[in-house]
Amino acid sequence: MKQQSSFWALWGWPIVIGVLTTTGLLTALVSDTWGDWWSWVALGIPVAVMGWYSWPRATAAASTADASGASSSALR
Amino acid sequence: MLSPTALRRWSWTHKWSSLVCTVFMLLLCLTGLPLIFHHEIGHLLGTEVEAPAMPANTPRASLDKVLTTAHALHPERVVQFASHAEDDDNIWFVTLTPTPAPTDDFRSVAVDARTAEVLAQPRFDEGFMYVMFKLHVDLFAGLPGKLFLGFMGLLLLVAIVTGVVLYAPFMRKLAFGDVRRDRSARVKWLDLHNLLGIVTLVWAFVVGGTGMINTWADLLIKYWQHDQLSALLKPYEGQPIVPAAERGPLQQALEAAQAQAPGTKLSFIAFPGTAFSSPHHNTFFMRGNEPLTSKLLKPVLVDARTAQVTAAPALPWYLTALLVSQPLHFGDYGGMPMKILWALLDIATIVVLGSGLYLWLRKGVQTASPAPQPAGSATNGFAGGTLPAPGAARSTEGAA
Repeated sequence: MKQQSSFWALWGWPIVIGVLTTTGLLTALVSDTWGDWWSWVALGIPVAVMGWYSWPRATAAASTADASGASSSALR
Repeated sequence: MLSPTALRRWSWTHKWSSLVCTVFMLLLCLTGLPLIFHHEIGHLLGTEVEAPAMPANTPRASLDKVLTTAHALHPERVVQFASHAEDDDNIWFVTLTPTPAPTDDFRSVAVDARTAEVLAQPRFDEGFMYVMFKLHVDLFAGLPGKLFLGFMGLLLLVAIVTGVVLYAPFMRKLAFGDVRRDRSARVKWLDLHNLLGIVTLVWAFVVGGTGMINTWADLLIKYWQHDQLSALLKPYEGQPIVPAAERGPLQQALEAAQAQAPGTKLSFIAFPGTAFSSPHHNTFFMRGNEPLTSKLLKPVLVDARTAQVTAAPALPWYLTALLVSQPLHFGDYGGMPMKILWALLDIATIVVLGSGLYLWLRKGVQTASPAPQPAGSATNGFAGGTLPAPGAARSTEGAA
């Protein structure tokens, strides 16, 4: 069980992003309407993820945001 | 988990496959950036040819007349190809070369498809975009240059796969996206390298892989001629290229090709003796009207003398793969938003390449890193540097 959860902790997001990118690359090939729109979402999210995590910011601000996110989800 | 020996081997492979291809990949990423927007840049520079607006039902000029017009400007050359503009079939682009053989010495004439008048004589073989294009495609070295870049592409794929394997030991103690900014510059760049590398993984693999396939285009076309066309051309064996004077009417040939492949549009025509045709045929490459089939081509071989269809062979799987790999490499199949995302992913790849190089150059500088760990010693000399020791407390947990 522990083995499994550490696998998903490590590979969960990379797999989600990889699958997302793959669908985005493929849908635009087969449709010029919904396929294109989906490709913008599916390729846009990885780009946004890179921007979000690599943007320079104060560590304190980031950890505050993390903490508030954690506490709000704990409240729910 | 990887054993220390396995880890060392993966690290070694990652280091050397990346180091060998990095300089070329940086060149390809930088030259590819303007190429994503070649259409838009052409519009801005005014080098894009525009056809004057005319009523939609304006009758079209005969193809023979179009070619006569173009040839009159370069009577000493032969017509190798004729095609429609990418998004406007009111323009014919006619390519003229000294002989039917493949060459970089070509002239282009844009002719109005309705009036058969010359619109422009665009030079696609000079200027900034041409230099970018040649550096990107073959380093000005023809087929050997292409194949060399294809091999560099293969090394990139190896570097990507080994990089994914190495992602695990480096990230085991970190949450996705963690960038340890409070540590040395080297640690920060290691984390950024891992983050951008894993997020761009699929895109970089697809663009790298399709780029590699594209470098084989010339060879695949040659193989196709040998594999499929040679059987079709048996009846013509021993005959020379059909002389221009003995060729039948082209307009009739075009109509025959269109009748053979209903529901398609012309992509381009390859004339006798050129790389995409046979010595005895005008080959009409037709494309479909659906988003996917518009990327695929259906060749129709029309006898150059009689203007009768000889054959319309189905495209073999390897040419289908080549044609599908082209949009996946160019990023030109999802409008402007896709081009912008393509450019951003390209820039992210530049950062991955640059940070990888930086990590290797700074491999001796460990002063700001934690003391060498047992696991780190297994990767001595690896560009990625020290690994978090197995079982060691997650170093950033205290800070967060």
